[in-house]
Amino acid sequence: MTTAPAPHPGPLPASGEREQARAFTSAQYAICLGGIVWREALRFLHQRERFVSALVRPLVWLFIFAAGFRSVLGVSIIPPYDTYVLYEVYITPGLMAMIQLFNGMQSSLSMVYDREMGNMRTLLVSPFPRWFLLGSKLFAGVAVSVLQVYAYLIVAYFWDIEPPTKWGYLTVLPALALSGLMLGALGMLLSSLIKQLENFAGVMNFVIFPMFFASSALYPLWRVKESGPWLYYFCALNPFTHAVELIRFAFYEHISWESLAAVVIYASLFLIAALRAYDPAKGLLTRKGG
Amino acid sequence: MTDAPALSVTKLSHAYGARKALDDVSFSLERGSFAVLLGLNGAGKSTLFSLVTGLYSAGFGRVDIFGFDVAKQPGEALRRLGVVFQARTLDLELSVTQNLLYHAALHGIGPLEGKRLARESLERAGLADRASDKARDLSGGQMRRVEIARALLHAPKLLLLDEPTVGLDIKARADILAHVRELVRREGLAVLWTTHLIDEIEPGDRVIVLHRGKMLANGTAAEIVRAQGVATIGEAFEGLTAEAIPSPRARGEG
Repeated sequence: MTTAPAPHPGPLPASGEREQARAFTSAQYAICLGGIVWREALRFLHQRERFVSALVRPLVWLFIFAAGFRSVLGVSIIPPYDTYVLYEVYITPGLMAMIQLFNGMQSSLSMVYDREMGNMRTLLVSPFPRWFLLGSKLFAGVAVSVLQVYAYLIVAYFWDIEPPTKWGYLTVLPALALSGLMLGALGMLLSSLIKQLENFAGVMNFVIFPMFFASSALYPLWRVKESGPWLYYFCALNPFTHAVELIRFAFYEHISWESLAAVVIYASLFLIAALRAYDPAKGLLTRKGG
Repeated sequence: MTDAPALSVTKLSHAYGARKALDDVSFSLERGSFAVLLGLNGAGKSTLFSLVTGLYSAGFGRVDIFGFDVAKQPGEALRRLGVVFQARTLDLELSVTQNLLYHAALHGIGPLEGKRLARESLERAGLADRASDKARDLSGGQMRRVEIARALLHAPKLLLLDEPTVGLDIKARADILAHVRELVRREGLAVLWTTHLIDEIEPGDRVIVLHRGKMLANGTAAEIVRAQGVATIGEAFEGLTAEAIPSPRARGEG
């Protein structure tokens, strides 16, 4: 160990020297984005349980729930399917979206945790614009969620659940990026609204469960319609329904324009609201007393 | 903007709903100088800190760092500022160097340059041998030193520390304080040191006393003691805060 004085790393302007504004270069923006993604990746690697549970959760649904219900719930031929499909095949896009939903909420949880622990402050005192910092964090979260989905698809493949052609694995990627962005932005928005970590259980009850069950993830919406119009309208407006349908069609190399439009609109709304919530001038942070 | 002070706080006020956390606070900190921001819990220190670091904008007034308005040019202001928060903000699962590289990236410094700066800054903090240890394995005092090293990595000329000695034992407290005073002396750093601990103040230190959102005194400890006609800064602080009109709404804020 040495305590010898080392030279100061940066030049100190002499007193009286005028301070010059220096904008960041695009290379520096790239470095910042890279750093944020790198940190998320390191943290993810250190939380192996998180990865395992993210993988096991949909598999439990696939192996147990879907296997049990395949005889109870018949699915008729609806687009994008050309033939009758097994129930496992039907719910797979819903489970892919579920992975992203949980990942978005997990990011939200870790942002609340970071804020309580002060790590969020480390991010927010970076001189880069705040929209860029939050956007980078969002991007890192989406990348992690997409990797989790592909890990699930690998296991599902051995369960004979695969797209009609191998291209489906590629065409689903943009859909996953969009739905991940939407759910990640929703998580970020929620993280700004949740005051304390303890309130997170409420998010489970009031966000994850209603979004997942009142969607087309587990049953087609025409079946919901039979139960009652109100629930149907709720499901049809549910952003999660559109994430599921966007993924379902993309997996079959189709585009659901309606869902694409819905996901883009919802993602923009959540993103704008989240950036606003973290905006220093308008932000909700102000009310918490920091 | 020529020769702008390191930190200038002008008529700063902020309220959370009806509760005034800061009321018309103005002071400035010259380049290369050390100042103590003294106040009890709930005095408004944390609010001041949040406003200076641009976490949110002030209800009224402005903050400039080397002449850059934090609200209007946050990027320019923040890149000249190093901050050590009261809460521990290292990623415990990451190594010391990884923590510093993350910080470097947040300032647009790439990994190669970041590693060099991390090495230098750990050497200055006397922690070069702990570079590859996990942050979790450091003692409280070492974590603080790493946080200071991290805050200085991008070579800011203004360092803010929010109650940096809270939760440390006496030895570690003295070490951290001596380390920061040394940085001021040797490297011309301007430092705002926030505390509620009277014994961290030396007679020659500049002291800003904050109480229930109002600034009650601003001068060297010796001057404040003289003005109050008492013997120690502790007595002066007691006298000042007793004189202040008690507010029925005042409550702890952390």
